[in-house]
Amino acid sequence: MHDMSAPAVHHHAPPTGFIRKHVFSLDHKVIGKQYYGLALIAAYVGMGLSWMMRIHLAWTDAPIPGLQLLSKTGAPGGVMTPEYYLQLMTMHGTIMVFFVLTTAPFAAFGNFFLPIQVGAEDMPFPHFNMMSFWVTFTAFIVLMASFFVSDGPTLGGWTQYAPLNAVGAVAGPGQGTGVILWMTSIALFCVGQLLGSLNFIPTTLDLRAKGMSLMRLPLSAWAWFITSCMGLTAFAVLMPACILAILDHVAGTSFFVASNLVINGQPIAHSGGSTLLWQHLFWFFGHPEVYIAIVPGIGIVSHILITNMRKPILSHRTLIYSMGALAVLSYMVYGHHMFVSGMNPYSSLAFSFPTLVITIPSTIIVLIATFSLYGSKLRINSASLFALGFISMFVSGGVSGFFLAQPSIDIMLHATYFVVGHFHLVMGVAAMFGIFAGTYFWFPKMTGRMMNETLGKIHFWLSFVGAYCIFMPFHYLGMAGNVRRYSSFPDDFLQPLIPVHRFITVAALITGAAQLIFLYNLIHSRFWGKPAPDNPWEATSLEWSTPTPPPFDNFGGELPVVYHDPYQYGVQSSAGDYVMQTSPEQVKTEHEEK
Amino acid sequence: MAKFFAITIIVIAILSAIPILRHTWEAPEDISTHGALIDEQTSETMAEAGISFLAAQFVLAFFIWKFSNPGPNAKLKNFPGGAKGLVIAAFLVVGIEVLALGIFGAKAWANVYLTAPSADAVPIQVQAQQFAFYFRYPGPDGKFGRLDPAQINDTTENFFGIDANDPAGKDDIVTAEMAIPVNREIHLLMHSIDLGHSFFVPALRIQQDFVPGLDVSLHFTATKVGKYEIVCTQLCGLGHYNMKAYLYVYSQEDFDNWLKKEAALQ
Repeated sequence: MHDMSAPAVHHHAPPTGFIRKHVFSLDHKVIGKQYYGLALIAAYVGMGLSWMMRIHLAWTDAPIPGLQLLSKTGAPGGVMTPEYYLQLMTMHGTIMVFFVLTTAPFAAFGNFFLPIQVGAEDMPFPHFNMMSFWVTFTAFIVLMASFFVSDGPTLGGWTQYAPLNAVGAVAGPGQGTGVILWMTSIALFCVGQLLGSLNFIPTTLDLRAKGMSLMRLPLSAWAWFITSCMGLTAFAVLMPACILAILDHVAGTSFFVASNLVINGQPIAHSGGSTLLWQHLFWFFGHPEVYIAIVPGIGIVSHILITNMRKPILSHRTLIYSMGALAVLSYMVYGHHMFVSGMNPYSSLAFSFPTLVITIPSTIIVLIATFSLYGSKLRINSASLFALGFISMFVSGGVSGFFLAQPSIDIMLHATYFVVGHFHLVMGVAAMFGIFAGTYFWFPKMTGRMMNETLGKIHFWLSFVGAYCIFMPFHYLGMAGNVRRYSSFPDDFLQPLIPVHRFITVAALITGAAQLIFLYNLIHSRFWGKPAPDNPWEATSLEWSTPTPPPFDNFGGELPVVYHDPYQYGVQSSAGDYVMQTSPEQVKTEHEEK
Repeated sequence: MAKFFAITIIVIAILSAIPILRHTWEAPEDISTHGALIDEQTSETMAEAGISFLAAQFVLAFFIWKFSNPGPNAKLKNFPGGAKGLVIAAFLVVGIEVLALGIFGAKAWANVYLTAPSADAVPIQVQAQQFAFYFRYPGPDGKFGRLDPAQINDTTENFFGIDANDPAGKDDIVTAEMAIPVNREIHLLMHSIDLGHSFFVPALRIQQDFVPGLDVSLHFTATKVGKYEIVCTQLCGLGHYNMKAYLYVYSQEDFDNWLKKEAALQ
């Protein structure tokens, strides 16, 4: 359907040169695909690292074939050293949180679809947008480079706590050059995401098509908008924090290093800094980051579920307000990462209550998504399966937050596998399910070809069951006191837990292998998949009213006019049980938001 | 496929709950006076989180079972009460639930962190460093000697850097293992000489980070004689996994004897 009775605007000719078209492209769609490609590479690198970590945890002295090729000193004879375990763990966390969970749902899908969903030809600052990707790409290269420096990447974990992050190589392998590369990479990453956010916000506010009121924006567009607002403030704090840490290394400053430290028998020259300052700065970014990873997933999954339920969600407005509430509250709760850090114990109570309160908007989101299924005509396909799986995972990961929000319980669970299970389910697996749902749903529009549904469903089943087999036992381990970030478990009380670790490792290897099915499906479908029609899911939002794949300026030189709410399903129109936002056809609807 | 999915969700939810209900993996037995409140708070939270988890998964599974791929004549319906009822439920049920958890949990927290140690608590200083804990007892004079980081010397075993010029430090007792008397309050004075570390004794329901540059204070009472593990939970470098010490809880008499024996070894 190409009903765009629209004001004609001048048609932009697409670039013809290879470099402008595919490399330094100004087209938000190409940039979105570039982000997706980067996230894809990063995800498989991150997953490969987790495989090696899991094998090492289950069979500590077993050689991992080929690992010595990655680092002779880190894995002599293929057997991982404790420090190399920590280095791989740090890289796994950093790659996954920054280069997968932030880039794929927000930067990749957001770049590709936000301008189309609001009815714009592109973002307002295409050069910034291009810079955003290439700075992020450079950040990834800088991070990867740390694998190849003499003592390897930093071992300080993705949180890079001070003063381990600021005192140099005396603290351990990777703590010199490795840390500087990490800090440089993340500072660059922040610049990339700030440039991205600077584009997302005006795209949503200023470039909406005629008739596209804010309440007519699809939930995915709202999610990207809210996320970009969070990104603007969160990354703006982490970037200077990283620069300060670099200065501690190279300029002799002492932002994060206290006086009179003696490391490895060597007095440290710094004085007067604050160890906890890093934690405050990091978590002021770090907790909003959790929502930067998951809010786009909430938007994407809602968008997909509504399409497959063939009826609007119970309340569009309430879901938007709830996502907004998550964003605002995310800045007030960060101290729950620091309950036993040594900060004032009264602060812990102050941070505990907003953390508990954040369960209210989360619950509203889950209830609205779940109870909207009531009375629907739910279509089951790979995209909707992953979207439904998202709800299940979000609940499972979310309820363990009840425990970690309370300082008294955190005394027992802090820094254990309980925390690892919690955040992997709620921001790792749930967000990944959002990414998979988005991929199966939007792949036809992005590439012009359909993905293989059978392979998609096999991928879903193995991932859904596999993820539970991996991450639910993490909670049990944590409750038994199993400390995280240990390269092996020599403590007496941890010995009985090793069989559980072995079970998790086997589950991780199988679930990881299932992701190769996805990769095969992605590549095979890209080149040999069935050609996709313009609107294969009978959806209503603007991305489905463009040709497939969309032309350079999205709407072929005309701007669309919007006549309806984003989700007018369950109506009687000439198209079927839905009416597209761009269709001027008047249909009987229950309610229009305007 | 949808019905199979619904069953899978229910099976996973039930299987996930079984180890919790059967207490298959649990924290070590509590040996502290304050731990009962924490354990109670954990159990209550588990009940509420468990019910929320099972209810949400069951409802999701039920709706998937009931409403997927209906026939062409099926009619769309909305959940009775709509979003309004759900929002009110979220505020009333979850809001009250979390408020209650927060208020009761505050009591358990206050017990550990917002009360001062009693005047007759046994003072013990603990120092963390890559990758060991050291403990210092004030000796018969009841006073810790002054510390001077410049005098830290591992070869002379002056791990704390006790100032040789301070007479109060002459009788200080430094050990690599921690011993405490049962049923006596312990006042732990914590510092790190290098990096962030943590002091975690699962059986004691105690976990507290060491903060380089800050002296952190903690107090607790152990109620059961025995040998327990102290482990580091703050990533501190390559030997982090192996940074541990043993805690011995003795009767008062055994503790006094242990202290005498250690004093003789200084």
